[in-house]
Amino acid sequence: MTDVNSEQALLARLRAGDKAACAECVEQHSAGVYRLARRLMKDEAEAEDVVQETFLSAFKAIDRFDGRSTLGTWLYRIAHNAALMRLRAGRPETVSVEETDDAGDGAALPRQLFDWCCLPEQDFDTAEARAELERAIRDLPQGLRAVFLLRQMEGLSTEATAAALELSPDNVKQRLHRARLWLRERLSGYFSELAHTRG
Amino acid sequence: VDDSPDIKHDRQFLTELSAYLDGDVPDELRLLIEQHLARCSDCRVVVDTLRQTVTLYERLPAPRLSARARERLYQSLSLEKFLPRDGRA
Repeated sequence: MTDVNSEQALLARLRAGDKAACAECVEQHSAGVYRLARRLMKDEAEAEDVVQETFLSAFKAIDRFDGRSTLGTWLYRIAHNAALMRLRAGRPETVSVEETDDAGDGAALPRQLFDWCCLPEQDFDTAEARAELERAIRDLPQGLRAVFLLRQMEGLSTEATAAALELSPDNVKQRLHRARLWLRERLSGYFSELAHTRG
Repeated sequence: VDDSPDIKHDRQFLTELSAYLDGDVPDELRLLIEQHLARCSDCRVVVDTLRQTVTLYERLPAPRLSARARERLYQSLSLEKFLPRDGRA
């Protein structure tokens, strides 16, 4: 059976309320949904709540799934919305990806021009550098973060990312590049400080 | 820094530098960028550190749902009898 056919078969069983099909769906998609949720939320417990909410909402609304995207893309969309609702509850000023054109990164012009590429490899391969990068990803302006996570960390295509976030493919490309530039800027600050500390 | 009139160091150009890294720019723009990079040390730093940024985030370990969290998830969905007992987290 092709992927498309097996997804259609799974969907038919989900719509019929088949519990084993629900378990298959969780088995196939929970890892990806968790990865997205974990990098959107501040801690594991909140990420787990988002995953749980995602599947509960999806099973409840499965009759409304129109099949224009894949089931996985639809689940990412639900997870992203669930995460946004929680983030909004904590920060009332938060806006969603589609509500802003500016994406919250200002002009995104580089201020850090320290060339850290030539630092020794062991400087990159540290728990501290990885933690700094994870923090930077979590701190990405909200208009850029979900695009970055879906397109770059989850490996969705430009089109699937656009479908999940209700953006145009061109907008996804622009935001991805801006997210990268933002992360570069942030890492430049970190590595520049590291190099200066060492003298 | 290269101040030639064909290049403005604005957000649009920076976005194009990122697209250039992906090989996602038309040939004509690629040539323009490469000529510019040969003259502009600031943009070379941006491109090199941007490339390194991509390498670093691609290496990050993916967050994984713990075995306990997975169990809680199946329970919350009333699917515990389907929880695979294969030791995967």
